[in-house]
Parts: sequence; structure tokens; C-alpha cells
Amino acid sequence: MSVLVFADSAEGKFKKSAFEVVSYGKKVAEQLGSNLVVLTINASKNEDLYVYGAEKVISVSNDAVQTFNAKAYASIIKQVADAQGSSVVILDSSIDGLFVAPMVAVALNAGYASNVVALPSATSPFTVKRKAFSSKAFSNTVISSDKKVIGVSKNAYGIHENAVSGTIETFDAVISEADLRIKSEKNEKFSGKVTIADADIVVSAGRGLKGPENWGMIEELADVLGAATACSKPVSDLGWRPHGEHVGQTGKPVASNLYIAIGISGAIQHLAGINASKVKLVINTDPEAPFFKAADYGIVGDAFEVVPKLIEKLKAFKQA
Amino acid sequence: MKILVCISHVPDTTSKINFTENDTKFDINGVQFVINPYDEFSLTRAMWFKENQGASVTVVNVGNASTEPTLRKALAIGADDAVRVNMEAIDGLSVAKQLVEVVKNGGYDLVLAGRESIDYNGGMVPGMLASLLDFNFVNGCVGMEIEGSSVKLTREIDGGNESLSTTLPLVVAGQKGIVEEKDLRIPNMRGIMMARKKPLNVVEPVADESATSIESFSKPAPKGTVKLVDADNIDELINLLHNEAKVI
Repeated sequence: MSVLVFADSAEGKFKKSAFEVVSYGKKVAEQLGSNLVVLTINASKNEDLYVYGAEKVISVSNDAVQTFNAKAYASIIKQVADAQGSSVVILDSSIDGLFVAPMVAVALNAGYASNVVALPSATSPFTVKRKAFSSKAFSNTVISSDKKVIGVSKNAYGIHENAVSGTIETFDAVISEADLRIKSEKNEKFSGKVTIADADIVVSAGRGLKGPENWGMIEELADVLGAATACSKPVSDLGWRPHGEHVGQTGKPVASNLYIAIGISGAIQHLAGINASKVKLVINTDPEAPFFKAADYGIVGDAFEVVPKLIEKLKAFKQA
Repeated sequence: MKILVCISHVPDTTSKINFTENDTKFDINGVQFVINPYDEFSLTRAMWFKENQGASVTVVNVGNASTEPTLRKALAIGADDAVRVNMEAIDGLSVAKQLVEVVKNGGYDLVLAGRESIDYNGGMVPGMLASLLDFNFVNGCVGMEIEGSSVKLTREIDGGNESLSTTLPLVVAGQKGIVEEKDLRIPNMRGIMMARKKPLNVVEPVADESATSIESFSKPAPKGTVKLVDADNIDELINLLHNEAKVI
């Protein structure tokens, strides 16, 4: 019996969530008195996972999956889970993780819990806490099947070091034609920018900015903080910013350490998407803006005065 | 082309979230139910295929009789007919297994759903359904065109978009982008009148199997009040973010 963690990578490089799911898997293996096995696909530095407790890494190298392919990934995970006798399979709950995991669950005939925010509270029955109602509540979910698939919510458990001396084994996965029926034609990424999914800090702005020409200071603030930029729904609807930046209920979810909301009133739909962020700073001219009720820190003031000052002071702080 | 659109019946976004019976049941008292917003984007795309490419559109829900007004709303938006599988939804797998039967019996070649429902947020049913049917599957879809049996899609990825191509039969989990917000339709009086006459077939579930169950719900600890910092005292803000919150 083993706990299998899938540590996801892109262009050979581990995603941040990979370190979090390995940290999580290490603890689950301890809880179950079981071994941790970590699967990687076309990753270049497998030994980077030792520090988070990966004592055994199964490395799959296959040209057919040079880029992400959900069905083929699910097939590889199933093959390794079978070979390793894994009773628990752990992935992240990123866009890609949520794509792959349901297919893994069906392939393994396993119960699946996504968006898990904590270690299992019990292993018999196997009980996990998950986000529900757009982070307005949690559900304690029991997985009753013999095999279990868990999707760990981003930034909920955290990255924990637990260094071991590990081993790396290669595994020849079989990828069939049927696994490759979805073909990737083109991959368009906004290059050189921190993504909302990866960012520790997200700087987000709303209609209070008055127009797209005023986003320079938002980008500068994000640069100073190494943050991703985001926006409210009206801003993307108006075409001031690309759709990919829209965060909230129908946009991207945010689970950063710090979320800075500038000129966003804090409609319930917006809050639903950013609730999972740990610390929220709100800058708004209107002291009655509902966002202040959901914020940890707030400044009542004009963004056009506060943000440039904040940039200047942060630059000085970073240099100190 | 026969399209099946999966419709979740969910509390409106602005609903107060409370629980009853020792925190084991969602409190529906005073809650307004709506078509799950993600499903509504997919339904609207299906209407486009109906109007421009001659597709037929069936909507389906797995739930008890209380979900019928939500299905009627989907009919008022323009779906041709509706199916309700008469079963309380337990988990993603149990719903997916019921939908497998509906897809097989109806001979659908395209199943559209939302990326997730805004109540349980599991995001499981479309992928499970595709796997159980051995249909192709695209999650988080923000763009879709069909020509014959070949399909071009765009899905959202971290920091961008990916263009994909595949073939029917296919399950697609959509989100904003598959149509835009402004394309969403509010049922008009004619649509509502017509919806009353459209077929809504209730089918009994096949033996249900679930792999997970919710034991209880909890809510996040109440938030402390916001610490307001004077707009002229940015140093204090930086100090708080650095030393107290430890986020910079």
C-alpha cells in the first residue's frame, strides 16, 4: 500500500503546487503508516522533491506528453497507482489538476474529493475538509471507497520541508492513441508575468481606476511586490483588462497570501472568488464599501494618491 | 447534432449560507435557487448551436421535484425538452452515473456542463461522465466551434489560453468566455409561456452508487474587524504587512 502524489510540472519545471502536494502527501502517508511515492512527468529536477519528503520518485519521460494532456496524464497516474498499489492518490486542485483528477477517479474506481483544505481529520472513516459554497463554508466529506483521490486546494496546507534521501525510478507508461484524442494546437501565455495561480501576492483593481490608461501604477505596484495583476468583473467586461485577469465568482479563484483590492467595492460575487486569500488589503475612497467588512487592512483614500505613495514606500522598504 | 446540457439547481450567489440539523443540511429557508451560472454560459452556447447549426438541445438535472422550476427556466431560455432524474444528488460520481444512462438513452453526441457548481464546487461531474462514457473531455472551456464532427476549443490555463482540437462525441465543461456575459438571455414572456408546454420527462434513477458523503458543514471563523490605516501613514501599513501579517 502506498500514497501516490502527482507532482505537476510545466516545461520541466515543478509548479509551486507540486511542493505543497508532496508536503501534504508526506503527512498523509505518516497518518496511514504507509509509504509516499511521488510521480513526475517530464520533470527535469526530480531530486528537488526530496526536501519535502519524497523518498521515492517515479519519473515518467515520454515525448507524447511534452505538453499537458489531461487524458494521457490520467492514464499515466492510473498505471503508476496500479503498479505501486496506491490506495490514496493526491493531486493539486489547479486548473489542470481539476481537469485530470475526475478521470483518475473513474479509472481507479475511487471516490474523489476536490478543493481539500486540510489534512484528513480521520483516516477511518477517511474524512477530509473541503471548500464549499464558494469558500463561504466547508464540508467534511467522508470518502468510503477503498481507493481515494484527493485534490489539495492551493495554499491551504502550505509547503513544509521534511528532507529525506530519496531514490528515483523510471517508469515506462503506455500511452495509447485514445489517450491523445484531444490535441493541443497552440499555447498562448502572457509571457514574463507572474500568474494569478502561482502568485503569493495579487494586486487587483476595479472601476475606481476610472479607465484602462490608469493601470500603469497597478502594474508598477505588482512589479515591486513580485505580484500578479488581476481585476474585477466590470473592468474585464468593459474591456479595460483581459478576461484572464478577471477574478471572482465567474472568473479565476484567488488563494494568495496577500490580496490587494484597489477601487473595488467588494460585491458578493467578487468576494466569493477571493475569499480563500489569507490577508486582504482594501484601498477605496468609499468608507462604506462592503469590501472593508471582508478586509484585514484598509485605507480609506483615493487610489491615485495612495498607490503612488505605496509604490515609493515599498521600493524603499525592499531596498532596506 | 444532439446536445445535452447539464443544469445544476443552486442557491443564488447572494444567498446567506446556513446549515440546519446539527450542521448536516444546507438551510434552504428563504434561499432563491437559480441555474448554476457556469451551466448558464454553456446553455447559452448550446442555444447558439441550435439556432445556427440546427442542433437540438435537451437540458437535464439530477434532483428531486423542487428543481423543476430551474429546468423550466432553461426551457424558457430555449431548450427543446428537459429530463429530470428523480434522485437526490449525493456526490459527483452518483450524478455522473445517472447522466451516463441519460446520454446513452438519448444518443447525445455533445454534453455541455459548467466547470463547477457554485454550491459544492466539486468540478467532478463532467470529467467523470466523459470517462464513464469514453467521450472526449475538455474542462474550463472558454471558446468552442464545431464543424461536422470536428471541434476546436479554447481552454483557460494558468496565465493564458490553450487551443485544442478534437472530435465528437465530447463532454465540455464551460465557463465565462464560451459565451460572454452580455450574451446570456433573460427568458421573455413568450419563452416562459412556451416552456410550460415543452416536455419535462421524469425518469427514475438507475441503482445509485456514491463514493463520498458529506458528514457535516462548517463556516469559516468570523472575521475580525478591519484595521484601518490613515492614507498618510503608509509606513504603518508596510509595518503591519511585514511584521504582523508577515506577507511582504
